[in-house]
Amino acid sequence: MPGNDSNQRCVTFESEQLQSLLDAVQGRGYEVFGPRVRDNTIVLDRLSSITELPIGAGTDQNNARFRLTSRQDQAFFSYTVGAQSWKRYLHEPTLRLWNAQRDDGGFKVDANQSLPPKQAFVGVRPCELNAILALDRVLLHGVAADSAYRSRREKTLIVAVDCGVAGGTCFCTSMGTGPRASSGYDLALTEIIEGDRHYFVARAETELGAEILEGIPHSVPTEAERTAAENVVASAAAHMGRTVDAANIRDLLVRNPSHSRWDQVATRCMTCGNCTMVCPTCFCTTTTDVTDLAGEHAEHCRLWDSCFTLDYSYIHGGAVRSSAKSRFRQWLTHKFGIWFDQFGQSGCVGCGRCITWCPAGIDVTEELAALREGNPPGNCPPIRKETPRGNA
Amino acid sequence: MAQNAKPRLAVWKFSSCDGCQLSLLDCEDELLAVAGAVEIANFPEASRAVGKGPYDLSLVEGSITTPHDAERIHRVRRLSKFLVTIGACATAGGIQALRNFHDVKNYISAVYPSPEFIETLSKSTPISDHVKVDMELRGCPINKYQLVEVLSAILNKRKPGISSHSVCIECKRRGTVCIMVAQGIPCLGPVTHAGCGAICPSYNRGCYGCFGPKETPNTESLAAQLTGLGVSDPDIVRAMRGFNACAEPFRKEGEAHER
Ligand code: SF4
Ligand code: SF4
Ligand code: SF4
Ligand code: SF4
Repeated sequence: MPGNDSNQRCVTFESEQLQSLLDAVQGRGYEVFGPRVRDNTIVLDRLSSITELPIGAGTDQNNARFRLTSRQDQAFFSYTVGAQSWKRYLHEPTLRLWNAQRDDGGFKVDANQSLPPKQAFVGVRPCELNAILALDRVLLHGVAADSAYRSRREKTLIVAVDCGVAGGTCFCTSMGTGPRASSGYDLALTEIIEGDRHYFVARAETELGAEILEGIPHSVPTEAERTAAENVVASAAAHMGRTVDAANIRDLLVRNPSHSRWDQVATRCMTCGNCTMVCPTCFCTTTTDVTDLAGEHAEHCRLWDSCFTLDYSYIHGGAVRSSAKSRFRQWLTHKFGIWFDQFGQSGCVGCGRCITWCPAGIDVTEELAALREGNPPGNCPPIRKETPRGNA
Repeated sequence: MAQNAKPRLAVWKFSSCDGCQLSLLDCEDELLAVAGAVEIANFPEASRAVGKGPYDLSLVEGSITTPHDAERIHRVRRLSKFLVTIGACATAGGIQALRNFHDVKNYISAVYPSPEFIETLSKSTPISDHVKVDMELRGCPINKYQLVEVLSAILNKRKPGISSHSVCIECKRRGTVCIMVAQGIPCLGPVTHAGCGAICPSYNRGCYGCFGPKETPNTESLAAQLTGLGVSDPDIVRAMRGFNACAEPFRKEGEAHER
């Protein structure tokens, strides 16, 4: 329910109480993950105390460039996203699916039975929240439904934090995914610093979220506090580093497989796959088999894959997408176009990661603008009603 | 598999430092299993007992740098059912292929007190320039897990899980933060063949390309990016001229920055 908190439990609490919130989550048996400063960036890792949050850290992001900066204040959540996304903890980069052991004349298969822990994500940005919802569409339902994803996702508690600062490569306003968390969370916080006062306005969307808020010292938000929270988000919205004209974007891509811009970008693209690895909605995987030397034991494993590898499009006789041009085109056309046909929404949430972490500095917003430049409206195939993926 | 039907393994050395062969001895945990699964028929580094050919599998280390090597590799090929080259020397000519950019005679007279005794070719070349190679394992040195993987795959008659995409993909899977983007450290990962598990970036230094060029490497784009990071042309030449200096894409990119 975007922008309407009337059905939600909404409270104000002072910044010192953030630890109580963390304790309340941990006390319910969740392993807490959140943003931390490490290796000159923001990573997502285990969190036991709010002192481990990126206090006073800001970020300076541009094409192929990420730098940490320091702020004058003690803000917990004034950074914008780093390379890692929550996908790492829901759709793991490497996963053993099953293993088999030779057994008098036959073999015995053991499914990967280890049960995932209850996990809480603290500090999920609105674009990332929407990326999780996008992954849900792909991996919770339909023919690509994935039991490993489901078992983690169902045990995940989400504490979202609205953005008060937009990064240099952010464009969530263009994609309609931020800078305010609209839905899909247990709790959403807005962080506010006013002179000496540092506080949060929080809203709960689930029973569990409401129960957690109930248990920490809080007050009913005043009109002034609500307005302050709105202003925080409005300021981020006014400072997006990038924009995309998303109108009919699926048609623009479907109509332009032969645009000369693809040749241009192919001279720069290194087909390294970084963009797909950092993208919070890229879900492709490959599988590989491992055996021991004696042939007594075998394992079947799954790994993150990328449409930028040759193997990805390998069919009998060779790779279908051998050129960098065809691979980049596949990526952009799928992400911003064919996702609508398959899943009824864009595959991009405007987080800007692919721009920041592309070592060649390729900027999807610039590529899309170039495709649009002087492009006459024309006919293009309609969005398929019956989707082969069965998810829309 | 019956005892007498064990596949016979041979390990051969050409011009190299022995590091890749040592990776086999370094497979401490797996070594007994290897010895159990194959008959190590010819491996001078490990045992003086030499079994006669033919061999089911030959691992070839080193590049071809002498007239004698150039002949011997044909004999090795004739004796081997399946021939796998191991390491940058065997696969791309190795660090000794730096001689290919200069007149080797100058080196010989600078290095050896009696150059007249040295019989060498003007170029160091990979095994595949001389005979048909069934598979190449990259790296300087190779990754021992990849070696065991190839052995297990051959023994179990399956496809080896060896990928030819970028080091970046391994870097991201393991959760390493890109040092080129976050710190401006030059890195060859985007054009380098996977296999090491992205070791160097995880120790905060750029990949120097020891696994050689990946599939479809765009070295030109990477070089432009390195220039943007302030790397000079001579340093780009040096970056391209490491253990895989004569692998075609690296050789060409180096030459383009030499002028
Ligand atoms: S767009 Fe950038 S990150 Fe993606 S494959 Fe090409 S060079 Fe790599
Ligand atoms: S395409 Fe780029 S900006 Fe869009 S969600 Fe993926 S990484 Fe973020
Ligand atoms: S550190 Fe190097 S290998 Fe890792 S992602 Fe960056 S460019 Fe690629
Ligand atoms: S990161 Fe590069 S230089 Fe380092 S071991 Fe791997 S391939 Fe070799």
